[in-house]
Amino acid sequence: MNSSNYIEHHLQHLQLNLNTFKLGNNGFWTLNLDTFFVGLVTAFLIGGTLWYVAKHMQLAKPSRLQNFVEVAVTFVQRTVHESYRGQSQLIAPLALTLMLWIFFMNALDLLPVDFFPLVLNLFGVAHFKSVPTADPNMTFAMSISVFILVLFYNIVVKKWHLGKEILTKPFGPYLFPLNIFFRILEEIVRPFSLALRLFGNMFAGELIFVLIAMLPWWAQWLPGGIWAIFHILIITLQAFIFMMLTIVYLSMAHDSH
Amino acid sequence: MEINATLIGQLITFAILVWFTMKFVWPPITKAMHERDKKIADGLNAAEHGQRALVEAKDKALVILADAKKEANQVIVEAHKRSAHLIEEAKDHAKAESVRIKAQAQDDIAREVMQAKEGIRKQLVGLAVLGAEKILQRNLDVAAQSSLLDEFVAEI
Repeated sequence: MNSSNYIEHHLQHLQLNLNTFKLGNNGFWTLNLDTFFVGLVTAFLIGGTLWYVAKHMQLAKPSRLQNFVEVAVTFVQRTVHESYRGQSQLIAPLALTLMLWIFFMNALDLLPVDFFPLVLNLFGVAHFKSVPTADPNMTFAMSISVFILVLFYNIVVKKWHLGKEILTKPFGPYLFPLNIFFRILEEIVRPFSLALRLFGNMFAGELIFVLIAMLPWWAQWLPGGIWAIFHILIITLQAFIFMMLTIVYLSMAHDSH
Repeated sequence: MEINATLIGQLITFAILVWFTMKFVWPPITKAMHERDKKIADGLNAAEHGQRALVEAKDKALVILADAKKEANQVIVEAHKRSAHLIEEAKDHAKAESVRIKAQAQDDIAREVMQAKEGIRKQLVGLAVLGAEKILQRNLDVAAQSSLLDEFVAEI
């Protein structure tokens, strides 16, 4: 297998044709099975763990797991509290879910790049891309959800003030066509920037891991190690940025600006 | 990079996960944490309250102690005064008594002296009369001479 084949192999999703329900690409009606299943499994693990902790909350002697969850919850709570003034009970759990889910999906790229493909190859699976956040479908799914929520809160909270805001901000009522244009641009750009930032970081990270994996075996540990350590920062930072921007966008949807 | 139906699948997964977190995870965890916060706050409050009560009690004890000391001092002072008074009284009493006894004794002495003098005088009179009788034995009229003798005795 030459190097361009190797890279291509690693960038190929395990795809399901949704018309015939056979493996293969079918344009839009294709399901990336790897992204979907890894996303589902991480979602189940996170949901299950959180649920278990929530069921067994102990006031006096918290377990280590509970401590970890509490740290995450406290962190999210404080972050939400600092920038969001609305009443919605959705924002904080949404932020927590986003941060944890993105973090754990990102963290999968610290596993060796060949681990999942090799293991699954034994079971006849040809391709497997194990990091869901390096798939734009995943990141856009989250950013579009946030986009929909932003629209929803804009309409529900501001009601007819929203129209006035769209027409008059930021250049005053006389330039309303420009105002509308800018507003639409602003709203459209947000989900793109959210999704592409995360996707770009994770995809690039994954690609560099693949490139490192193509070095001779005795030269891999140093760049691989350095990149992995650096990536611990990236996966955490990207999860945090996604969460933070979500909170900011949603709080902007509540406040008139 | 291609967008396909995975997007829809992940939208649904995400929505379910968020809904699940919002419904079953977030409320119990935050509630428990809030409860603990409250518990800790209550505990701290109670501790502070206890400390304040302790300080108050200490102050009170000091006040009571000071009062007691003052009272004790007063009692002692009074006792001193009273004892001094008693001693003074006893002294006065004793002085008066001694004066009285002395006066009585003097009276007694004076009376006894008087009595003795009287006795002696009487005896002297008898003796004088006896002597005179012896001297003037025969015809001397006792009655006529007695005034003379009395004069004599008074001169003694």
